Order: sequence, then structure tokens, then C-alpha cells
Amino acid sequence: MKANLLMNFTVDKENNTVNIKREFDASLANVWSAWTEPEILDQWWAPAPFKSETTIMDFKEGGRRLYAMVGPDGEKRWSSFEYTSISPKTNFKHSSTFCDAEGNPNSAFGSSYWDLTFSEQGDLTVVDIAIKRESLEELEKIVAMGFKEGITATMQTLDKIFEKQK
Amino acid sequence: MKRDIFQAIADPTRRAILVLISANALTPNAIAEQFKTTRQAVSKHIKILNECELLDEKKMGREIYYQLKIEKMKEVDQWLEQFKKIWESRFSQLDQVLMNLKSKENES
Repeated sequence: MKANLLMNFTVDKENNTVNIKREFDASLANVWSAWTEPEILDQWWAPAPFKSETTIMDFKEGGRRLYAMVGPDGEKRWSSFEYTSISPKTNFKHSSTFCDAEGNPNSAFGSSYWDLTFSEQGDLTVVDIAIKRESLEELEKIVAMGFKEGITATMQTLDKIFEKQK
Repeated sequence: MKRDIFQAIADPTRRAILVLISANALTPNAIAEQFKTTRQAVSKHIKILNECELLDEKKMGREIYYQLKIEKMKEVDQWLEQFKKIWESRFSQLDQVLMNLKSKENES
């Protein structure tokens, strides 16, 4: 595998948008499958030790995905996506909203709007993601929510490094 | 009771209070004047911010002045770094999944 896969991560506070760009050492077809087929998506979507469990995924325009991020203690945090536009192997767009296990939206948080573009660059595939929130406060809230997952994931990575050094 | 800093900033009034006291040390009355809510509601927010160790308290005469502890807010600056880390760990998992897909293709 190519050692240095490019990743760009920028925050556009004026537009309440996080932009993420990443290269993958894989074919466009495989990268597209990994993002759009629930069996593959669940294998990587949640940062370890969290697990992603998709209960509904109807990948078509107007269709939705209902999934939970399952914590190490079994706690589930549900989200639902609604696909608004799909151009196969090129782009898809969806909203994302925190909800309960039945998919009823949590009114404490607004939705975010995702726009994902896939392209081939030589042997690599590039995925360009823009995640837009309704306001900067909403963006900050979402980042705060993710904070705990980030810490947990980081700690686990550290554990692995320490394990190797033993 | 020690609280989570993210509990402090999850509320819009508390975020507004933090912005106010980042510029000037203010008394609870001066803070309350800036909001349409009651003095009691503002006191409750101040109490929570204090429990999160976000406030510097200074007594001048009979008045207490509150100011933002800047170093504590630096934790908040690290949010985005944490958000980025989530994506990094997601993507390294995806790299692994893609490698598995590729080796399956080669087998068949």
C-alpha cells in the first residue's frame, strides 16, 4: 500500500462547513462500494472501539440509512441519513440527523448536509467530503459530540502502540 | 462537582456568557443585564461555568467579578483536532477494508 495517502482537513467557519479530502489506494468501484454498501460501511464507519450497526439502508434518492454508533459499554447513539442525490461512482448527497432507535429526529440538534465526490487520480481514488451545518454553533456542537469518540479512539491506538513496545 | 467542559458550551446562553467575560471581568448583575432571562437563570449558568473551572473569580469590595480562564478554553481549540482524529482513524480502517476487497478480487 502507498505509504503516504494525502488527507486534507479544513474548517470553513464562514460557511459552517468542514471539508475533508482523502486519497485511497483502491479502485473507484471498490471505494464507492465501501461508502454505499452497508455490510462494508459497517466495517469501518465507526472509529474503534465504537462499532457501526446499520439497521436500514436504502441507497437510492429519497431513501434512508438508520444506524447506531455502539460504544464499548453497549450504549447506542442513533443517526439517520436521507439520500437526496446520487450519481453512481461520482457523487452522492445526504442529510444526517441524530435520532432515536425508531428514527425520530432529536430536536436538540439540527441536521448536517453531506456532499461526497469520488474521482480517479491515476491508480488512486480521491474522496472529497463537505459537511455543512446550519450555523457555526451547530458545527461546534457536533464537534463536541465527536470529542469523546476521538479521545476513546486515540487512547485505544495508544494502547496498541504500548502493547507493541512490551 | 466537577463537570465536563462540553456541558458548559452546549448551551447558547453559556456560550454568550463566555464571550462576554472573555473581554472584561463582570459582576453577575452586569452579566444578567445582557440577557432577557432572569437573574436566577443567569446565576445558574454561572454556577455551571464555575464548576467547569472556566471562571476566574475576583472579589473587589462586596462585588464578585468573573472572567474567562483563557487556558481552559484552549481545550476547546482542540475540538477540531479531535474531530480530525476521528476521520483519520475511520480512514485507516477504510484502507484496511479496501485492501481486503482487493485481495478477494485477486483470489477470484
